[in-house]
Amino acid sequence: MSDVHAGNTGLAHQFENLEQQQDADTLGTWLFLVTEIMFFGGLFASYAIFRWLYYAAFEGGSHILDVRLGAFNTVVLLGSSLTMALSVRSAQIGNRRALALFLILTMLLGGVFLGIKAVEYHQKFVEHIVPSLDWAPEGKVLAQLAPGGLDHAQLYFFFYFAMTGLHALHMIIGMGLLLWLVVRARRGNFTPQYFAPVEVVGLYWHFVDIVWIFLFPLLYLIGGRY
Amino acid sequence: MRLLASMLLQGLPFQPDQASTIAPSVDHLYFFITVVTLFFSALIFSIIFYFMIKYRRRSPDERPQAIEGSLPLEILWTAIPTVIVAVIFVWSSSLYFRNSEAPLGSMEIFVTGKQWMWKAEHPEGQREINELHVPLGRQVKLTMTSEDVIHDFFVPAFRVKKDVLPGRYTSLWFEATKLGTFHLFCAQYCGAFHAGMIGSVIVMQPDEYEDWLAGGVPGAQAESMEVAGGRLFEQAGCATCHLQDGTGQGPSLLGMYGHLVHLSNGQTVAADDAYVRESILNPTTKIVNGYKPVMPSFQGQLSEEQILDLLAYLQTLGKVQGKQPEEGKK
Amino acid sequence: MSTATQQPRVGTPRNYLNADYGWRSWLFTLDHKRIALLYMVSITFFFIIGGLFAVFMRIHLVEPQGALVQPETYNKLFTLHGVVMIFFFLIPSIPAVLGNFLVPLMCGARDLAFPRLNLLSWYIYVVGGLFTLYAAIAGGVDTGWTFYTPYSSTYSNTQVTAVAVGVFITGFSSILTGLNFIVTIHKMRAPGLTWFRMPLFLWAMYATSIIMTLGTPVLAITVFLLALEHLFHVGIFSPALGGDPLLFQHLFWFYSHPAVYIMILPSMGVVSEIIACFARKRIFGYKVVCFSSVAIAVLGFLVWGHHMFVTGQSVYAGLIFSLLSFLVAIPSAIKVFNWTSTLYKGSISYEAPMLYALGFIGLFTMGGLTGMFLASLATDVHLNGTYFIVAHFHYIMVGGAVMGYLGGIHFWWPKISGRKYPNGWAALAAAIIFIGFNLTFFPQFILGYLGMPRRYAFYPAEFQVLNVMSSAGATVLGVGYLIPLIYLIWSMRYGPIAEPNPWGAKGLEWQTASPPPTENFSEIPVVTEEAYAYSAEEEAQRV
Repeated sequence: MSDVHAGNTGLAHQFENLEQQQDADTLGTWLFLVTEIMFFGGLFASYAIFRWLYYAAFEGGSHILDVRLGAFNTVVLLGSSLTMALSVRSAQIGNRRALALFLILTMLLGGVFLGIKAVEYHQKFVEHIVPSLDWAPEGKVLAQLAPGGLDHAQLYFFFYFAMTGLHALHMIIGMGLLLWLVVRARRGNFTPQYFAPVEVVGLYWHFVDIVWIFLFPLLYLIGGRY
Repeated sequence: MRLLASMLLQGLPFQPDQASTIAPSVDHLYFFITVVTLFFSALIFSIIFYFMIKYRRRSPDERPQAIEGSLPLEILWTAIPTVIVAVIFVWSSSLYFRNSEAPLGSMEIFVTGKQWMWKAEHPEGQREINELHVPLGRQVKLTMTSEDVIHDFFVPAFRVKKDVLPGRYTSLWFEATKLGTFHLFCAQYCGAFHAGMIGSVIVMQPDEYEDWLAGGVPGAQAESMEVAGGRLFEQAGCATCHLQDGTGQGPSLLGMYGHLVHLSNGQTVAADDAYVRESILNPTTKIVNGYKPVMPSFQGQLSEEQILDLLAYLQTLGKVQGKQPEEGKK
Repeated sequence: MSTATQQPRVGTPRNYLNADYGWRSWLFTLDHKRIALLYMVSITFFFIIGGLFAVFMRIHLVEPQGALVQPETYNKLFTLHGVVMIFFFLIPSIPAVLGNFLVPLMCGARDLAFPRLNLLSWYIYVVGGLFTLYAAIAGGVDTGWTFYTPYSSTYSNTQVTAVAVGVFITGFSSILTGLNFIVTIHKMRAPGLTWFRMPLFLWAMYATSIIMTLGTPVLAITVFLLALEHLFHVGIFSPALGGDPLLFQHLFWFYSHPAVYIMILPSMGVVSEIIACFARKRIFGYKVVCFSSVAIAVLGFLVWGHHMFVTGQSVYAGLIFSLLSFLVAIPSAIKVFNWTSTLYKGSISYEAPMLYALGFIGLFTMGGLTGMFLASLATDVHLNGTYFIVAHFHYIMVGGAVMGYLGGIHFWWPKISGRKYPNGWAALAAAIIFIGFNLTFFPQFILGYLGMPRRYAFYPAEFQVLNVMSSAGATVLGVGYLIPLIYLIWSMRYGPIAEPNPWGAKGLEWQTASPPPTENFSEIPVVTEEAYAYSAEEEAQRV
C-alpha cells in the first residue's frame, strides 16, 4: 500500500489504486447529477402543472421574454460545453497550456451567459414584472399579460425567476469550480493518469447546460410564436 | 371480545357512537382488520417465545446446523399476506367507492370553515355557527369550502371526514340513524385554536327539523339561499350582462348549471360548482364559446358564503330550460 | 478468516480514539469512525431536545383544558418535537452514526469513498440544526412538521422560513451521506465480498441510501418553494393567487413517505445482524431479505398519496395508492417471518442487544399491522388525522427505528468504545423501554378510534382517562431512555475492556481490534465465505 500512496499521484489513502479512485469519483458524480435531476424535477413538475392549468397566462408571459437573447445564450452555453469537452481532452493528452486555455474560455463563455441573464433580469425590473417584489405591469406588457389573468402571469414569472435563478446559481458554482481547476492546472496537478477533477467538473458543467436546454423552450418558446 | 376489552378499560367506551348508515359497515371492516392484526401479532409472538425457550443456548460453544431458507415457505408467507390484504383492499375500496358519491336526491347543506369556526347554511336560508342541525334518516350532502387554510370536517360518530380546502369545493354525505348530539371536529391542523374548532351535529326528527328551519330566527323569516343569491345576482351587476334571453354580453345562465358548456378553445366542460366558482373569480380562464373575455374578476369582492348563495341561485336557474348560446354567434 | 485479529496487547494499542488528541483532531477529522461519533453526540443532543418537547406535551395533555401552556405554545411544542425528532434525530440516527462507523468496516475498506464529503455532511447537518435551534429560540414555529400550505406559507407568522432553511440545509447532509454509501458499497468492497456475501446491514444501508439520494432533493426543492412563498407570497401554494395548496402535500409526501423507510430500513438491517449473531444462524432466506429491502425502497416512492385520502383527491387515485400501500406491506411482513424463522433450531442467547432486537420485532409487527387500517380507504377516512395515526407511526418510528438504533448501539458499543457496558442494566433498560412504550402509545390507538383528533391543545373531557394513561406511560418511557445514556457514558471510562469480538460475531468489523485502528485493517481482508457463517459445518471447514 505504502509505495502506491507515497508518490504524488493524487491517490487518496482510502483507495487501493487510481483506477478504483477514478471509478468512485465518476460514480459519485453521476449519482450527484441524479440528485440534481430530482431537485430540478420537483420544480419542473410544479411548472408543468401550472402551465397545464393556466396555459394562456404562461403563453402571454413567455411572449414578453426576449427570445433572441435566450437563443443567443443557448448558443453561448453550447459553445462553453464544447470548450469544456476540449479541456477534458487536453487533460487526457497532457497538454497543460491548452487545458488552462480551454478552462478559461469556458469561464469566459459562462460569464457572457450570466451577463446576458443579468440584462434580462434588469429588463424585468424595468417592466415591473418581478413577482411580489416589483409587480405592476403596465402599457403593452399589461395588455399582453391581462388575457391570461395577472395572478397567473405572476406565477409564470415566479417560475421564470425560480428556474433560471437556480440555474444561474449552478452556473456560478460551476465557475468557481472552473477557477479552482485553472489554479490546479497551472500548478501542474493534472497528468494523463490523474485528471479526475477535470472530468468531474466537466460532467457537472454539461449537466448545467442540459438543464438550460430544457429551460429555454419551456420558458421562451411557449405557444410556438415562430 | 368487545366486552372483555371494555372491562379491561374499566368501563371506558371502547367504540364511538354508531350514528350513520355508513358507521356499522366501517366498523365491521375495522373489526375484521383488528382480528387479523391480533391473530398475526399473537402468532408471531407465540412462535418467538416458543423458539426463545426451546432453542436457548445450552452451552457456550454450541453450534447449530445451517438452514439456508426455504422457497416453498417464502412463497407461502408471501402468498398468505397477499391474499389477506387483497381481501381487505377489495372490501375497503368497494365500501369507500360506494360512500364517495352522495346519492341523487340528497338534501344539500353548505359548510364554510374559517379559523376557527364552522359556518353552515341551509338552502332555506337558516345559518348556524359551530352547530349543524340535520334531520334523521335523510341523506345529507355537505358542500364545503374554506375561507383561509385547510380544515377538515370530521364527525366520528358518522365515520365521515373530508378536508375543507380554500379555493375549491369538497363534499361528503351521510344519513344519520340516531337522534342526539355528536362531536364535530376539525381534523386538519389549522392554527392557534385548532383544538377549539369543534362543534356539534344535532340529529333531529324530520318534523322537528322543519320547525327548527322555520323558527330558528325569532321574528324574521330567514331569507333562503336561493333568494339571497338572486338578490346578489342583481346587486353585483351579474344580471346586466347575463341576460336571460341570451342577448347580453355574457351567456344566459338559464339551463346552464349541471349541463355541458362549450368553450372558446374547443373544450367542453361540465358546469358544476367548481366551474361556476372559477368563472366568478377568474372569468377569463374558461370562456363560453362565442363570447369575449370581458367579465371582471370578483376575487375579493364576494365572500365564500355569497358565492355559495349565487351557486344556489344558479342551481335553480339550471333547472329551467333556457336558450343555449348558438354556435358561431358573433 | 480470523487471522489478522489477535495482536498481543502491549500497553494500549493505537486505535482511532487515541490516535490523536485535542478538539482539532475531532473537528477536522476525516476518519469515518470519528465522524460517526460527532454525529452520535449531535443526534443525542437533538434527541434530548426533541424528547423534552414531548415531555411538555404529555404533561400538558393530562388535563382536558391543558395543564401547562397556551394553545399557541402547545402547537409550537408538537411542531418542534416533530421537526427535531424526524430531521435531526431519526433520519440521521442509524445511517449517520452506525452506518458511518460500519459501512467501511463491513466492506473491508479503510474509509468511505469520500472522507471530506463525509465531514462536510456533518457540518451541513450542524448548520441546519443551528438554523432550527435559532427558530426554536426566536419564537418557534407552529405549522406542524408537515408544513401544510397555505397555513405555513400565508397564515403562520412564526419562524417558518428559518425552519424551512434548516430542513433544506440538513437535507443536503442526508444526500451526501447516501451518495457516499452507495459509492463505497459499489466500489470499495474487499476482495471476495460479493453482493450476496454482504451483511444485511449493508443491504439495508444501500436501500436507504437510494431513498436518501433520490427523495431528499425533492424535499429540498419543496421547502425551498415554501420558504419563497412564505417570504414573497408569489402564490404557488396560495389558492387566492391561483396556486394549489395540495401540490405542496404531493411534493412533501413524495419525500416524506419514503423518509419513513429511511428511518426503518436501517433498523431492519441492524436487527438482522443481531439476530443472526445471537441465534448463531444465517438469516433465514438471506436473498429474500436483501430483495425485500430494495423492494421497500422502490415501492416506497409510489405510495405517497395514502396521506391524502381525505383531501378530495380523485377516488381512482385513492384506489391505486391504497393498493400500492398494501403491496409495500408485504416485503415488511416477509422480513418478520424470516427473522422469526431464523430462530428455529438456533442457539439463542439473551444478551442486551438481542432483547432490543426482539423488542423491535414485536413493536414493528404491531406498527406494521396497524398500518393496514390506514392503507385501507374506508377505515382511513375515519382514522386519518386522529391519534390512531400518531400511535401507528410512533410504533414504527420509535418502537421500530429507535429500538433498532439502541439495539445497534448496544451491539457495536464494544467495537466503538472498546469497552463493555453492564449487561444487566442494559437488559433492564430494554424491558422498561418496551413496557413504557406500549403504555404510552397503545392507548392512543383507542383514542384515535374514538375520534380524538391529533394536534389538539385541549380536548373534550371524555378522552381524559386514556390521555392520562398515555402520559403515565411516557414517564416510564422517559426513564427507560435515560438509563442507557447513563451506563454507556459510565462504561466509556469504567467499563471492562472489550476484546475484538466479544459476541463471537461474524462480519469483517469484528476481525479488527476494538476499537479499530484509524486505517481499520492493517491489511485489507479477503472474504472467503458467505455472510453469517455461524454453523457447525462452516466452523469445521474453517479449522
